[in-house]
Amino acid sequence: MSLAGPLFPVLMKHTLFRQALVVLLPFGIPFPTGAAELPLPSKIGFNRDVRPILSDNCFSCHGNDPAHRKAKLRLDRREDALDREAFVPGDPAASLLVERILSTDADELMPPPDSHKKLTERDKEILKRWIAQGGEYQPHWSYGKPVKAAVPAGRNGVDFLVRKRLEEVGLNPSEEADRRTLIRRLHTDLVGLPPKPSEVTAFVNDPDPEAWSKLVDRVLRNPHHGERMALGWLDVVRYADTIGYHSDTPRNVWPWRDWVIRSFNDNKRFDRFTIEQVAGDLLADASQESRVGSGFNRLLLSTEEGGAQARDYEQRMLTDRVRAIGAAWLGQTTGCAQCHDHKFDPFTQRDFYALGAFFADISEPIVGRREDGMVVAAPAQLAQLAKLDAELNKAKAGFEAIRLQLEAAQTQWEADVALYGVTLPELRPGAAAVAAEVQRAKKAAASLAKEAKARTRAEQEAVRDYFLARGTVLFQAERDALSKAQQERDAFYNPLPKCLVSVSSAQKRTVRILPRGNWMDESGEVMKPGLPAYLPRPVVEDRELNRLDLARWLVSAENPLTARTVMNRLWKQFFGIGLSKVLDDLGAQGETPPNQALLDWLACEFMDSGWDLRHMVRLIVTSETYRQVSIPTKEQLALDPYNREVARQSPFRLEAELVRDQALATAGLLVPEIGGPSVKPYQPDGYWENLNFPTRTYDADKGAGQYRRGLYTWWQRSFLHPSLLAFDAPSREECSAERSRSNIPQQALVLLNDPTYVEAARAFAARILSECRGDSTARLRWAWQEALQREPEPGELATLLPVVEQRLAGYRADLPAAEALLKVGLAPTAPEVDRAELAAWTHVARILFNLHEMITRA
Amino acid sequence: MHSGFTHFHRRAFLARSTQGLGAAALSSLLNPRHTVAAPLDGVLSALPLPQKARRVIWLSMAGGPSHLETFDPKPKLAEMDGKPMPESLTKGQQLAQLQGRPLTCFGPQHPFTKFGQSQIEICSLFPHLGSVIDDICLIRSMTTDAINHDPAHMFMNTGSQIAGRPSMGAWITYGLGTESENLPGFVVLTSLGKGGQNQPIAARQWSSGFLPSKYQGVQLRAKGDPVLYLTNPPGVKREVQGGDVSAINALNRQREAALADPEIATRIAQYEMAFQMQASIPDLMDVSGEGAKTLELYGCQPGDGSFASNCLLARRLAERGTRFIQLYHKDWDHHGGVKEGIAMKALEIDRACMALITDLKQRGLFEDTLIVWAGEFGRTPMSQGNGRDHHNKAMSVWMAGAGLRGGMVHGATDDLGYAAVDKVTTVHDLHATMLHQLGVEHNAFSFKFQGLDARLTGVEGARVIREILI
Repeated sequence: MSLAGPLFPVLMKHTLFRQALVVLLPFGIPFPTGAAELPLPSKIGFNRDVRPILSDNCFSCHGNDPAHRKAKLRLDRREDALDREAFVPGDPAASLLVERILSTDADELMPPPDSHKKLTERDKEILKRWIAQGGEYQPHWSYGKPVKAAVPAGRNGVDFLVRKRLEEVGLNPSEEADRRTLIRRLHTDLVGLPPKPSEVTAFVNDPDPEAWSKLVDRVLRNPHHGERMALGWLDVVRYADTIGYHSDTPRNVWPWRDWVIRSFNDNKRFDRFTIEQVAGDLLADASQESRVGSGFNRLLLSTEEGGAQARDYEQRMLTDRVRAIGAAWLGQTTGCAQCHDHKFDPFTQRDFYALGAFFADISEPIVGRREDGMVVAAPAQLAQLAKLDAELNKAKAGFEAIRLQLEAAQTQWEADVALYGVTLPELRPGAAAVAAEVQRAKKAAASLAKEAKARTRAEQEAVRDYFLARGTVLFQAERDALSKAQQERDAFYNPLPKCLVSVSSAQKRTVRILPRGNWMDESGEVMKPGLPAYLPRPVVEDRELNRLDLARWLVSAENPLTARTVMNRLWKQFFGIGLSKVLDDLGAQGETPPNQALLDWLACEFMDSGWDLRHMVRLIVTSETYRQVSIPTKEQLALDPYNREVARQSPFRLEAELVRDQALATAGLLVPEIGGPSVKPYQPDGYWENLNFPTRTYDADKGAGQYRRGLYTWWQRSFLHPSLLAFDAPSREECSAERSRSNIPQQALVLLNDPTYVEAARAFAARILSECRGDSTARLRWAWQEALQREPEPGELATLLPVVEQRLAGYRADLPAAEALLKVGLAPTAPEVDRAELAAWTHVARILFNLHEMITRA
Repeated sequence: MHSGFTHFHRRAFLARSTQGLGAAALSSLLNPRHTVAAPLDGVLSALPLPQKARRVIWLSMAGGPSHLETFDPKPKLAEMDGKPMPESLTKGQQLAQLQGRPLTCFGPQHPFTKFGQSQIEICSLFPHLGSVIDDICLIRSMTTDAINHDPAHMFMNTGSQIAGRPSMGAWITYGLGTESENLPGFVVLTSLGKGGQNQPIAARQWSSGFLPSKYQGVQLRAKGDPVLYLTNPPGVKREVQGGDVSAINALNRQREAALADPEIATRIAQYEMAFQMQASIPDLMDVSGEGAKTLELYGCQPGDGSFASNCLLARRLAERGTRFIQLYHKDWDHHGGVKEGIAMKALEIDRACMALITDLKQRGLFEDTLIVWAGEFGRTPMSQGNGRDHHNKAMSVWMAGAGLRGGMVHGATDDLGYAAVDKVTTVHDLHATMLHQLGVEHNAFSFKFQGLDARLTGVEGARVIREILI
């Protein structure tokens, strides 16, 4: 059989190819060929076939980075390669490149053995054939403007371009999945919560030919849609509640998370969404909303460690920000250019620091506590705060007028205390003072015992506090006014939401190119803000660029990367893998998408629509491609094991947050409130024992906060909540475009034993017993509908019916065990329910919550 | 590629484990010694080098132990006590809290003694270590790149100061798999010191980074569940838990037939593994079967959460086939009171380290277990009050076991202990040497991440320290 070359870019790495064999053998499918026998494409494509080989094996010494370039040869540009006579177009036999890769002399062989890089026979054949065909280059696929393929009027572009590819590679699309699967898939992908059984029934029985389209519209209007869409963005910009380094202490950022949710719910255009994040504070129409958006620039890691050097961390923060722009918008790996020019892509060290210089204006402590941030509140509250601030300032001014006199009085008082050896009244034997007063006096006495000049700031304050409280009656009215104004202002200010935001300072930090990334080296050139030189960019000469220029460039029509990067990630949300499978690298070491026409079309459509993300979501989920079944045929597994061509849908495990959401929603415990401060679900005692400065205890939420969606969980970077961690939620210490989907024993332990899931099972059991009054079979059928929105199979009923009986008998014989189980979690249980029965059905609920199907989107 | 390898392991695992799965019954689930799921295999099916070490026990002394009060005698520094530090040494150098302050020599706060046949001189506070010094290879010329705790730990564990890289334990289990049937391949234990300078340690220190999550370190805790969520809910007995797991697997198996999704078979295997861990881990943690002599050797009480107890657990893990065992002992951050601080630390670790070596030897495990003792950086010969600041130009580490020369000193610092000057070694060298002893060629052991062949030993080049190998 013939395997068309273009179908198998993924299989060129023979290790991956062998793994396909491993998968297929258990299914008994004969596999026709080994890797070396993969037929070569008759026409070699540079981007598809050659660039991956050159990039992986040659560019690190013969590429973009001059510092590491060997023999003055670069192979990433044709004219340079020909200049050095690397090959003779059309004549492989006369080409040095071919001679060197075929050499049997270890000193001659390329790549050299000590590089531990090795070309396969197939790689060598491709290079030979490519030279024979003229050795033409193509510009890197993602650095040129995307080209929009023509799509016939009335056709869905996704379907048209997927089908076109399928025809080329000889695959047929799959049939549409059943409606129950479809509505569950749609709810998971767009909302992250399961549909109600009634919604499933209504959709299954809807005769309207537009039923799917109507459903999509309805689900897109669901206010929880924004929460679902936010998950990926929060990962890619590394949103978290704590600073990350060392003490990993809290900071105020949750209003920014709510801004993200709101932006998705309001379908804020992606260009505006971008601009507000990078430069929302610099907009002419900057508002509270856009300023909160600019909190993006503050999401990086920071430290409060004593002994941390400001210049060291200034450097860390700059590099962190450059990596974030690269990851979130450009799909470029930039980190290596901190020390040297990128080896594979044309991104230079100069580009790196020029990009970093855009952020030199952001006011922030480099080392130490973050500030409270901007108050995020309604206009009336802000007005009230302004009024209280004004009153406080007035009181301070009034106090200022008398400050010198008070200080003089204090000096005199201290002198008297010292001269007469006064014991403060509270410390005299038999003094009638309360503990706090004694404490204050003790502190003051200890401080007074030291020379005034030798006192620490805290000691100075102790003396002054005591003096003002007890040592003088001067200006009591003014002092009372100040203290009252301060208290009133604080009482109002403290509970108001606050958010770290970007505040631009005229005093910009100096940014230098750091040789080898060394922050101690100040010999490098000072850099002004600048856009990467290898990408199309506007020429501005009459002024210095700022963050607003950067933001606008990211979402300009000239930028070839942003729309592709965002569409590639969006595709993964709906199909489980990107069109280019390396989400964070659209550069040379990434993957030329097998269906580049589709990714480019999506990128163009996205920009043409005015960066309308919801339009793109709708386009994808209304496609026939999206609605296919996810069960592979043998032919599909053989020809396209990783489903890169989308001749079917793919099943994949839910994100960590959604695993939790499914259980809480099914149990009826979910509190569906949107936004607000992060919450603390149950967590094993002592999990934070390795945190310090200060040591911390974890106070789990007691009320509604216990039952919120997973994305509101307190995101402690150094110790992320362990049940989220078990399901691959990232710690968000670095930007991550891709979450892995592991399948590990800890996941079983979480779903079986975490009190969150035990409590949810108990609550679901109570629902089963109270909302379904039939026999055990009827109750199992009801539970199946609630949890999985389908009828149980006879075999499934047969498996669980005996479990119900056994558990019931067991708990009837051991009521204390039932009581113990039912005490897990804070949610009350109805006292009138039979304890043994409730405990027995808790096991049924628990078994359902642990099913693979429960945590898998089909 | 990233996701590709994830598939590889999962499916390789599946291909092997499916044979045993169909017949798995409650009886086998209930027997912790009976293995259904196969141990984890590594990607390196054939090792390029002879394997001297089959496992590693890494003793992380968190906070940065002073080499000047442990393993690096400096009589010259004692002579210079109180005098200004020669500027030629310190000019333009990276310092932490002492940056920009006057720099004064601070003599060693404890005497040193020669031990063993090799007559190696170490601080007198460590007589038990001294008694096994002929089994130890002491490196006095270690250096590191980082100077603050958090980045320095990251560098020591992952070879990079940027978060998101795999820890060495993850690299090693990824490469070699584990020999344990029902325990994690990479285990972490932590203990606190009594001095109160317990630096925070983030879970990223044992993260699998960009490697598949199953290679992440599993922390065994002294209090509460030894592994998070290990214990059944209250009122649920082991038989009942086993019954639920059987029912879950039976239901999953019925779907598997219809859906042809290989993830389901993996899920089934993982539930079996989880259920086994619920028995095997308490069994591991229960040291009541250890004789009084053993407890006395280590100097610990069962369940006291001490470093000594963790050393005993490390030996039990080594016996059971865990590949990488990492112990953190905190409280080495002696900015002040280095004299009293080190004396306290010595009491906490000296006997236990000796016991670990002795116990492994008497059980025949010493020859193929590599022990590494290291902080994240050293400390300044200059005073900071009566303590010492962080320092990355010099530190002492020691290694023992698996093919290492005993009773030898490698490298040296200058007369004042400021900088390594002879046979200077780096963290990358240390990693390369460890991998070498495990049978792994460090330059060829990589994983594609963000377009790079990422390695534990970094991109700047690392060297196996051959001089210390037998």
